[in-house]
Amino acid sequence: MAKDTQSKARGPAVRTGPLMAPAVSLLVLWMIVPLAMTIYFSTLRYSLLQPDAVSFVGISNYIFFFQDPALWTSIVNTLSLVGGVLVASIAIGTLLAVVFYETFPGASIARLLVVAPFFVMPTVAALIWKNLLMHPVNGLFAFFARSLGLPPVDWFSSLPLTSIGIIVTWQWAPFATLILLTAIQSLDREQLEAARMDGARGLTLFYHITLPHLARAIGVVAMIEAIFLLSIFAEILVTTNGGPGSATTTLPYLIYKTALLDFNVGMASTGGIMAVVLANIVGFFLIRTISRNLDS
Amino acid sequence: MVSLKLRDLRKSFGGFEVVKGVSFEVSEGEFVVFVGPSGCGKSTLLRMIAGLEEITAGELLLDGARVNDVAPDRRGLAMVFQSYALYPHMTVEQNMGFALRLAGVGKSERRRKVEQAARILQIENLLNRKPANLSGGQRQRVAIGRAIVRNPKVFLFDEPLSNLDAALRVQMRMELAALHRELKGTMIYVTHDQVEAMTMADRIVVLREGLVEQIGSPLSLYNEPVNLFVAGFIGSPKMNFLPAGLLSRDGGRVELSLSPDVRLTIDDVAETGSAQALTLGVRPDMIHVADHGPLRGQVLLVERLGNETLIHVDAGIGSEPVTVSHQGQYAVSAGEAVGLSIDTRRIHLFSPSGRRVARGLQPTQV
Repeated sequence: MAKDTQSKARGPAVRTGPLMAPAVSLLVLWMIVPLAMTIYFSTLRYSLLQPDAVSFVGISNYIFFFQDPALWTSIVNTLSLVGGVLVASIAIGTLLAVVFYETFPGASIARLLVVAPFFVMPTVAALIWKNLLMHPVNGLFAFFARSLGLPPVDWFSSLPLTSIGIIVTWQWAPFATLILLTAIQSLDREQLEAARMDGARGLTLFYHITLPHLARAIGVVAMIEAIFLLSIFAEILVTTNGGPGSATTTLPYLIYKTALLDFNVGMASTGGIMAVVLANIVGFFLIRTISRNLDS
Repeated sequence: MVSLKLRDLRKSFGGFEVVKGVSFEVSEGEFVVFVGPSGCGKSTLLRMIAGLEEITAGELLLDGARVNDVAPDRRGLAMVFQSYALYPHMTVEQNMGFALRLAGVGKSERRRKVEQAARILQIENLLNRKPANLSGGQRQRVAIGRAIVRNPKVFLFDEPLSNLDAALRVQMRMELAALHRELKGTMIYVTHDQVEAMTMADRIVVLREGLVEQIGSPLSLYNEPVNLFVAGFIGSPKMNFLPAGLLSRDGGRVELSLSPDVRLTIDDVAETGSAQALTLGVRPDMIHVADHGPLRGQVLLVERLGNETLIHVDAGIGSEPVTVSHQGQYAVSAGEAVGLSIDTRRIHLFSPSGRRVARGLQPTQV
């Protein structure tokens, strides 16, 4: 009895449950229903080629999927793409942020231009890179290579995943630049001056003062970018179609292929669940690393 | 031996000159305070000495060597910033040892020096904390410690106490003075607070609009200000300036009128030119409330500080009310009419250009 009144005193006077219920149930439906349906489909033998022959198969889809080497290739591809682009875009973004922090004539226009790639649609960006820049015959890079007397690189055949990584980095480095530039602008001027008095300059100044100051922002950029990079799809579809072979087949692309090219809904749903698990693993590690940074 | 020498230092931002030719010397072990209102160039001057601002013209000599183009860290100076500028991601120990670490000093040597400085400042127990977990006063100490560790030729302080509350400021003021005695280091200190300047300085440099107005010991500035600006800036509450008309002049002896019925004669007055309007400077504690005083006026405002009572009186002289400082408590209220008399031992006479032309006057009649 005493315990009851105590807990009542601590909580709000009105029962808030019913008031929040509409919003909460909408959110739950929004999230749970697609997830539940995907899990449900992943337990079915369900091919669009034989729509009448749907049957419950338990976890055999999963067993089959795990034994498929394509899954592991695609996970490795996904992780290398995400990891590579994260590292490259943050490195480039930090560099550009440091450069654009300095004021020079035309700095505001330059800052606008550097952000521009972020606003180009993924398909458009990929097509520009594929046809105008990286094309082994008509591309700008091939032109440069030839004028230097070098054999042109056939980007999408010889370095397919790297090429896609370059395109995606081009799209996402501006985002990193934007966030890191704002972060660097909040660096206390007196702190920089104190560091100069202490003898830090150039690289030591960057390493000891600027970089620690940016740590938080870099963490946030990594977290946001990772979420979007895990689902990179359009760039692969319009450039390599997952090939050559399975060299650029990432998990999202593998799911697309299974569902819409092999018409295997059950197997694709299994892949979808795998993607959710992968995203959660990546997210868990990222958040743990970053929250450790945020504490200090 | 001269420690620091400024020779006609100038600084322009764009086309705008903020430091317009400053020359003076700071001897070794001296505590020099730059003081002046905001925008007078005192911080810029300090930053030029530190090497954080380029010197547009003139020479800066440190122990006889020209250091105009020497990088800030190679000048052998250390600076304490207004915002303390501690590195938030480093512990107190790392903060204090940062300069040594960059200079390649070994770990044990570094630790020894940091601990030694920490002992002087009594912050040994804070060495493993980060700046975010320190109070304002503690951060201040760490910032000073960071300077001490470097064992600099000159300590530079840029308004270091202005972010502290009043009680702590008084305490830190005393500690800084004690630290100066202990370290015997040369210190240059910038402040806009004339109390800090008066209490800590060996010598004060009063700056206005990029020019030195006067250099001297605190009391010489108080007793013998060279012009109206210094007279008004040094001393709290501010000196009263009363317009005085020149009636006649006979050699060094002039006769002045404060109001139609208050006249006074002053000896040993330097040349004032043909000007008729002079200014009489009287410190508030040299004016007394006296029932039959020659000046009369209405009390506008009474500020009771307990040990002192400030009475602002509209005496009908000039546009500003006359401030009277009465030692102890005094029963008077706004609106009352009072008489005032001027103690003539320490009054100053200024020419229209603001230059002081006489002091320690012996008026025949007030």
